[in-house]
Amino acid sequence: MIAELGHFALVMALMMAIIQALFPLWGAQCGNALWMAVAKPAARSHFLFLLTAFVCLAIAFVSNDFSVLYVAEHSNSSLPLYYRITAVWGAHEGSMLLWAFILGLWTFAVTLFSRSLSEEMLARVLGVMALTSIGIELFILFTSNPFDRIVPSPVDGNDMNPLLQDFGMTIHPPMLYMGYVGLSVAFSFAIAALLGGSLDSAWARWSRPWTLVAWIFLTFGITLGSWWAYYELGWGGWWFWDPVENASFMPWLVATALLHSLAVTEKRGAFKAWTVLLALFAFSLSLLGTFLVRSGVLTSVHAFASDPTRGLFILVFLGVVVGGSLLLYAIRAPMVKDNARYAFVSKENLLLLNNILLVTASASILLGTLYPLVLDALSLGKISVGSPYFTAVFAPVMAPMFLLAGIAPMFAWRQADLNRIFKRMWPVFVASWILGIGLTAVFFKVDDIRAMAGLGMAIWLAAGALMSLYARVSLRANFWDGLRSQSTSVYGMTFAHLGAAVFLVGAVLSNQYSVEKIVRLAPNESTEIGGYSFKFLGVNDVSGPNYRAKEGSFQVSKGDKPVAELKPQKRVYKVQRNTMTEAAIDPGLFRDLYVALGEPMDKGAWTVRVYVKPFIRWIWLGGLLMMTGGLCSVADRRYRLASAKLRESIGAVELSAR
Amino acid sequence: MTPRQKRMVLVGLILAGVAGAVFLALTAFQKNLLYFYTPSQVISGEAPRDYTFRVGGLVVKGSVKRSEGVTVRFDVTDGVATVPVVFTGILPDLFREGQGIISIGKLNGQGVFEASEVLAKHDENYMPPEVGDALKKSGQLPPEAYKDYQK
Repeated sequence: MIAELGHFALVMALMMAIIQALFPLWGAQCGNALWMAVAKPAARSHFLFLLTAFVCLAIAFVSNDFSVLYVAEHSNSSLPLYYRITAVWGAHEGSMLLWAFILGLWTFAVTLFSRSLSEEMLARVLGVMALTSIGIELFILFTSNPFDRIVPSPVDGNDMNPLLQDFGMTIHPPMLYMGYVGLSVAFSFAIAALLGGSLDSAWARWSRPWTLVAWIFLTFGITLGSWWAYYELGWGGWWFWDPVENASFMPWLVATALLHSLAVTEKRGAFKAWTVLLALFAFSLSLLGTFLVRSGVLTSVHAFASDPTRGLFILVFLGVVVGGSLLLYAIRAPMVKDNARYAFVSKENLLLLNNILLVTASASILLGTLYPLVLDALSLGKISVGSPYFTAVFAPVMAPMFLLAGIAPMFAWRQADLNRIFKRMWPVFVASWILGIGLTAVFFKVDDIRAMAGLGMAIWLAAGALMSLYARVSLRANFWDGLRSQSTSVYGMTFAHLGAAVFLVGAVLSNQYSVEKIVRLAPNESTEIGGYSFKFLGVNDVSGPNYRAKEGSFQVSKGDKPVAELKPQKRVYKVQRNTMTEAAIDPGLFRDLYVALGEPMDKGAWTVRVYVKPFIRWIWLGGLLMMTGGLCSVADRRYRLASAKLRESIGAVELSAR
Repeated sequence: MTPRQKRMVLVGLILAGVAGAVFLALTAFQKNLLYFYTPSQVISGEAPRDYTFRVGGLVVKGSVKRSEGVTVRFDVTDGVATVPVVFTGILPDLFREGQGIISIGKLNGQGVFEASEVLAKHDENYMPPEVGDALKKSGQLPPEAYKDYQK
């Protein structure tokens, strides 16, 4: 019964979405206020139906209703309650429902925080979001309905993929989707502005907080995913340039570019057409990401050919969205006039460079991700592009980016005084590099150019961020007054740039100085690595709610001092009979100790993988700092003031009209 | 300089930058493409020497031999030809005899494939598409075991 209710709610949501698209868009076009007013209530009831559908599926999981095919395939009665709930988005059908639900959530949020928007703009924004909803809901209903029944129903389910039975992986998809789908708000604002022909700085001011929030979620989602891959896959790596990872990284890069160019459009009225294009690209790449991950095209182009409906549907949907929005852009963009004037040496131009570098990086990743698929689809051979390609292209594009980001905050809008900046910053520049080279030489290796360059760049970036904060603060006589008088978005930028620097330190040092050893250890044997001694004590049998495991025990010591006891596991999940390696990690700010069990050998011996990874936590710490920066910027009073002011002025106009 | 000239300089710089990036991307691309070869192709000498590529197939039953350390030897087949593989390291959890795998590495002078990486997916029904195709070509695709591939 609950499944049918969910199915019905989903159909109703689709009907609501059609209403939410048709009336407001048409009303906005011919200025019919009544039709435009349909937008808000339709959007809210649309969300309510989606919520109902989502809750129904969750109830089916919680109550172990194995007569629902999706539940039977991805859950089991021995699965703990927490995982039964998160299993809702553990596979294709449910995660598409989550996608639709989150889009509904964002639409709902737009109806709540839209008081400063004109009726016409709001109607268009909600209408465009509804069009996206229609596409995704049709996709769910026709190709991946999670509410399908199975007859006869099995006694028990097939269990959840053991890899996903983990905290990081349960919140990773919702966070990532909040980011992906959140970019649809910026996209809808852009389309609405193109339709209405009102591309001004007010448009940028509306889009900016929404883009920021989506970017925060995307940053958090990617950070979580990387952290999960590190501790769960048992390979000790944190980024593999896997197509699935690239799919989330490309929208992130473009969204980062969009944030910077929105700042220019809002503050200076420049780059309008370019900013709109970035907003279109960012969401298109999100859709492409969904397509890559969800169509099955990645595991096999042939699976796609033999089950064509899903892949084809998303591909057509993608074509309509990208093609339609670019067509609209081509028709409307020439009418957009940039009236801002700025000198060659100015913040505007530096931010333009930032945008070019970020988009170039994203395009090179797109090439490496899509090229093998295209080649395979045309039967021209099977190739794969390894991570050396991505590192070879990515590093040279990112290096100037980090160098410029160190100095860019010091530049003034319109025209910057290069001499003054140079005078002020050259000692900082030299000092950062000396410090980077010195630290590497003293603590690591005397001749490691890569680590020196990486550290020097990171220190320069951090110093640049702090210097620009200091320059702003020192305009006031009193230091504390200066600190307090800064808007939170200044702190936002400082934190985000510091985050990038911290990330860079983690990435460079953990890549250069991780040590790895694969050894065969009998009980009570030990191995030395990176100054630590790992003693293998033996293996015990343990069991969990839905798995049995061999648990190894390792005593780690440095010199005579015991440091940690690590207990990695080799699990066998009872239902799917999958073997899983559960690594054991002793985390630390400056180093992680990492042990994973390999295979059992004779006489109680095991092959064992041991790592010592310096500074690896800094990678995720950097991600969290960037996120904090985003949160500070969203909290900026300007956005609230702007909407309050606009309301006041509208009120005043209404009063005087009376 | 007039504003127009300045803008031209900027455009020139951007074009140079983009050209540089494209050049970098394409050279890196050329060097890092990994081609896939079936065991039959390797035996017939189509696969390159001294160049990293991927080979995939089923692990021959009874062929897995471990030495004292962590070095493993096994054979990979597409049903027609068989390539010996040597790998030093820990095999993935789902590596089993009779299972489809892909390994990345180089062919040495003795015709042994020295793998630097061995991949088996975290799903026992998963068949790497390349392996599926190779088996299909040689007419050796086991019918029921690989439901994902057949879907």
